[in-house]
Amino acid sequence: MFGYYFQLGMRSLRRNPVLTALMVIAIGFGVAASMITWSVFRVVSGNPIPQKSGRLFTVLIDNRGPQYNDDGEPPEALTYTDANAMIRAHKAPHQTLFYPISLAVLPDGNRSLPLKAIGYATTADFFGMFDVPFEYGSAWSAQDDTRRAGVVVLSHQFNEQLFGGADSVGREVDLSGHIYRVVGVTRHFDPKPRYFDLFGGSAFDDPMQVYIPFNRADDLQINTAGRNTCGGAPDTGVGTGREGWLRGECSWIPVWVQLDTPAQVADYRAFLEGYAAKQQRAGRFRWPPNVRLRDVTDWLAFEHVVPPESRISLVVSIGFFVICLVNTIGLLLAKFMRRSAEIGVRRALGAPRGEIYRQFLIEAGTVGAAGGVLGVLLTAVGVGGVGLLFAPRIARLAQVDLPLMALTLLVAVVATVVAAFYPTWRAAKVQPAWQLKSN
Amino acid sequence: MLKMTHLSKVYRTEVVETYALRDFNIDVKEGEFVAVTGPSGSGKTTFLTIAGLLETFTGGHYHLDGIEVSQLNDNARSKIRNEKIGFIFQAFNLIPDLNVYDNVEVPLRYRGMKGAERKQRIMDALERVGLASRAKHYPAELSGGQQQRVAIARALAGSPRLLLADEPTGNLDTQMARGVMELLEEIHREGATIVMVTHDPELAARAQRNVHIIDGQVVDLSEEPRFHAQNARVADA
Repeated sequence: MFGYYFQLGMRSLRRNPVLTALMVIAIGFGVAASMITWSVFRVVSGNPIPQKSGRLFTVLIDNRGPQYNDDGEPPEALTYTDANAMIRAHKAPHQTLFYPISLAVLPDGNRSLPLKAIGYATTADFFGMFDVPFEYGSAWSAQDDTRRAGVVVLSHQFNEQLFGGADSVGREVDLSGHIYRVVGVTRHFDPKPRYFDLFGGSAFDDPMQVYIPFNRADDLQINTAGRNTCGGAPDTGVGTGREGWLRGECSWIPVWVQLDTPAQVADYRAFLEGYAAKQQRAGRFRWPPNVRLRDVTDWLAFEHVVPPESRISLVVSIGFFVICLVNTIGLLLAKFMRRSAEIGVRRALGAPRGEIYRQFLIEAGTVGAAGGVLGVLLTAVGVGGVGLLFAPRIARLAQVDLPLMALTLLVAVVATVVAAFYPTWRAAKVQPAWQLKSN
Repeated sequence: MLKMTHLSKVYRTEVVETYALRDFNIDVKEGEFVAVTGPSGSGKTTFLTIAGLLETFTGGHYHLDGIEVSQLNDNARSKIRNEKIGFIFQAFNLIPDLNVYDNVEVPLRYRGMKGAERKQRIMDALERVGLASRAKHYPAELSGGQQQRVAIARALAGSPRLLLADEPTGNLDTQMARGVMELLEEIHREGATIVMVTHDPELAARAQRNVHIIDGQVVDLSEEPRFHAQNARVADA
């Protein structure tokens, strides 16, 4: 009967093209408005690592005290001292730290102009913890970290740029005047938001191009290319220059640990508390231990990663869609009630009420599908104009892909069918006897 | 085939109760052709809609083909309507957006019949009413008499046990009405049970048996002088 009702639905659409066009336009514009804003919202609000977001934790230690911190919250990164202490203690099965770097790259020796490459100075665990996929080779080893080896992992895009996409493992790259051996090339790796680097404010920035060992960068005194928060930090009187900065209370290194069981989480929390207490006893912290262990979801919520304009525009567009649907309900009601005579005849000829429901809901579904097709076209056009609503770095995240197109169609059909329940209920209530008598 | 015992139908509002049928009794045997007559508002059409399970009744009993229908739910009533009853209405009640073929197909669709069997039955029914060549025409392209024959074909396509006709010639001129009546008689001769509501004494006279309704009750014709006088005038004419 589905095919039969679908045919009837198509006929019904053709019978009154003006009414049909009004409904299709209402649904098309309504669903497109929602999907355009959804195309942004889904990127900024999605869980970037659902398979382990509950097992990855960022480590935060209050090194400023209640007088200087925000609402009692520790800074969003650790000091050089604390970050290294966390790594050295090795209390988590996997742990990493990193900071953003910016290097000059000399492709093809000295025969071409230097390029700028952005990346992270980090540790071997970074790649496994954040599920970085590899195209060639692999991450460097923990021994490379210890040996402070001159090794590098390139991103897929940067490998394209430097080596034309070939397997470059074993090749050498000149980064700011130092030679690094390529040990791995990642596949496209660009989690959105970039949950592990919210401190740098680069949640939606371009993907990193190079990764080098933290210890190597430290040896070469490569400064951070990211944020560095020293405001309000107590003067510890450790001197000036790089050494003073490293030994001081400036926060600039995010530290992450992977804890796979609740027991590991409890143990690590106890370790953190103990570490802060020890700092208090040593006279460095003049306040009780104030530490945090936030998993990915908690961290994204705490950092308010979803831009407020994204949430507001989504709510407004859904409201617009609801208004469109309310209009559609009115149009469907008019359309269906004009067919009371047909309903009476069908009931008399043996259609149970359920079949009337089925017929009219399928007809509404065809209207919804037509609205969905229009919605897909409008969404494709509208995504190009997202820049009018959002900052460019957010707007460029909006993309029309197959899942978005499928969702647009699905939402249009389902919403229209749901909207059609009331008109269909009214239509199915037609008393055939009265209808046939009145004829 | 159709038996109603002490059946009543009451329409209630907040202030008044109106009896459309009261202590209504009728027994139509299989293969009978019964004409139901009565003045306007007497309850003829209400009787027909209850007989056709298009309306429920307030009290009493109704057996259709041996089944007590008062407790049946909507699905069961719809199934009986679809399989056992054929309707012919005064206003034809064809669906204007469907062509002749598709109109006749409607009850067969609800029976879940396969396409080939549907086609066979539709063409047989249209052949029978002489409209096979008009299968692709829409109702608006047909005369009133042709539309009523399509409605009869639709009623016949499902091979119903009972044919309920409500003023089947009411909207037709004399010549077309005669053609439709002859068709009904032919269908009856082939064994169908027909209950026909009519105002027309001439048509009623062509049925095997007449049932007269006044004020929602079946009355004995021998006690109704007006009816005799009316019939006498028809006979004189």
